Amino acid sequence: MTVITGDHPAERPTGVPGLRILTGGVTRLWLVALLVGCWEIIARIKQDAYFPPPSTIVRVFHELWFSGPATHLFLTDKALDDFQPSFVNLSCGWALAAVVGLALGVLLGRSGVAREILDPVLQFGRAIPPPTLIPFFIVVFDFGAQMQISTIAFGVIWPVLLNTADGVRTVEKLQLETAEVFGITGATQLLRITLPAAAPKIFAGLRVSLGFALVLMVISELIGSTTGIGAHLISSQQGMELPEMWAGIVLLGILGCLFNAVFALVERRFLSWHSNARGLDS
Amino acid sequence: MLEVENLTHAYGDAPPVVSGIDLEVKPGELVSIVGPSGCGKSTLLRCIAGLQAPTGGRVRLDGKPVDRVPGNLAVVFQDYSRSLFPWMSVRDNVALPLRRRGMNRAQRQENALKALESVGLPGAAAKYPWQLSGGMQQRVAIARALAYGPKFLIMDEPFGSVDAQTREDLEDLVLRVRGNSGMTILLVTHDIDESVYVGDRVVVLSKGPARVRADLSVELPTARDQITTRELPEFVHLRAEVGRLVRGREAADEPKS
Repeated sequence: MTVITGDHPAERPTGVPGLRILTGGVTRLWLVALLVGCWEIIARIKQDAYFPPPSTIVRVFHELWFSGPATHLFLTDKALDDFQPSFVNLSCGWALAAVVGLALGVLLGRSGVAREILDPVLQFGRAIPPPTLIPFFIVVFDFGAQMQISTIAFGVIWPVLLNTADGVRTVEKLQLETAEVFGITGATQLLRITLPAAAPKIFAGLRVSLGFALVLMVISELIGSTTGIGAHLISSQQGMELPEMWAGIVLLGILGCLFNAVFALVERRFLSWHSNARGLDS
Repeated sequence: MLEVENLTHAYGDAPPVVSGIDLEVKPGELVSIVGPSGCGKSTLLRCIAGLQAPTGGRVRLDGKPVDRVPGNLAVVFQDYSRSLFPWMSVRDNVALPLRRRGMNRAQRQENALKALESVGLPGAAAKYPWQLSGGMQQRVAIARALAYGPKFLIMDEPFGSVDAQTREDLEDLVLRVRGNSGMTILLVTHDIDESVYVGDRVVVLSKGPARVRADLSVELPTARDQITTRELPEFVHLRAEVGRLVRGREAADEPKS
């Protein structure tokens, strides 16, 4: 089993906070700024239709999705049309994968028999590239949300499942024995001991699968959808509206960063004990 | 209270690590078990606690055969850092086992605080175990066992991983706890002085397989003190005797004057 571990070295910043954020921002973003600047200059000189200057992309980006009325948080109607299905599919697919993956992972981690029986099936299922199942899901569900959610859920369940199974299987024996001594059994043991002990690995799996989920969301919309950000990409490509297409690409990049940031916040909230305990050990 | 009869345990086809152990602990007694490292002490304890089924012999606690961990038994493990749960505050660590006692949340929290106070850690409740020193963590583990309120407490080399000063403090804590609660305690150690200092009786085990080599009664006053008790002739004499038994006859006979 491939396992992605949830190990983060504890970051211990020093110095003046305000200055640190500023210098941190400068050291991290100067290359991005430089590249965007170069792109802008070259694109303006070359006037190439395939590579519109970033300023144009930003303008189109704003016009397409964020020039709406203040009452709608500046979102345009198109933004609601594009974001909503994408977001709903992504959330449902990922949540479904998380719930099922967690449940199956716990079962697999706890029972050696289940692991032996199911392992070949799981290894095979994991090896199937998720997009290849889109034709099948189209046959079963026709085009639409169900097909997209199934594609996402099937594709991203593996990291959650395998990491949960590994995390549950490798809970410290002494922690389980302590629980046994003090009569912490059954559901209480699962919720208070096993899952928290496995949480670092479970979260690592969830983080990886969230990244996959965004990829599969776009792919499923590129192939079989008239709504969503992927469908916007395809329709602007077919209409040769290159700035619009680029705006969609930028939007997806921003979404990816945003999901990651939100996830990191949640993870930090739940796993602070883990990183802190490790930080003190080293 | 505890009766162990002909207890034997072997892992797989390997020769037994524990062989034919007979042991009886009376209510309120504090019995030290001492033996060389790796002599099968932990296996013996795990069988007594019901964490492991022995391949032979019987264990009875309060007249009932032990086939899984009994509700009136608690264990303090050597490895406090793993035995305490790092994702829970100190208070929650102590309070969690009290669910089994049918207490509601408020009662659990209150009892946990009381237990923490009784081990001298009233201020640590809201902290996490990994924020405390090793000695303090072991105090938390003792508080957890106390709050749980067992009749029988097993301590598996509880002070093996702390420094000498802390060790003495914790030994006195165990004696005080025993005096207050009247719990029956079985304490396993490889430290000869410790076995005599805390025990009413010292059971010496031989190495591989573990057998009872001697069962000595400790004739020291109940009130003990790290300095004065250790200079009593009885203490000095007994620790020498235990030392000879633990080291084996060969080693004990060797020094020639």
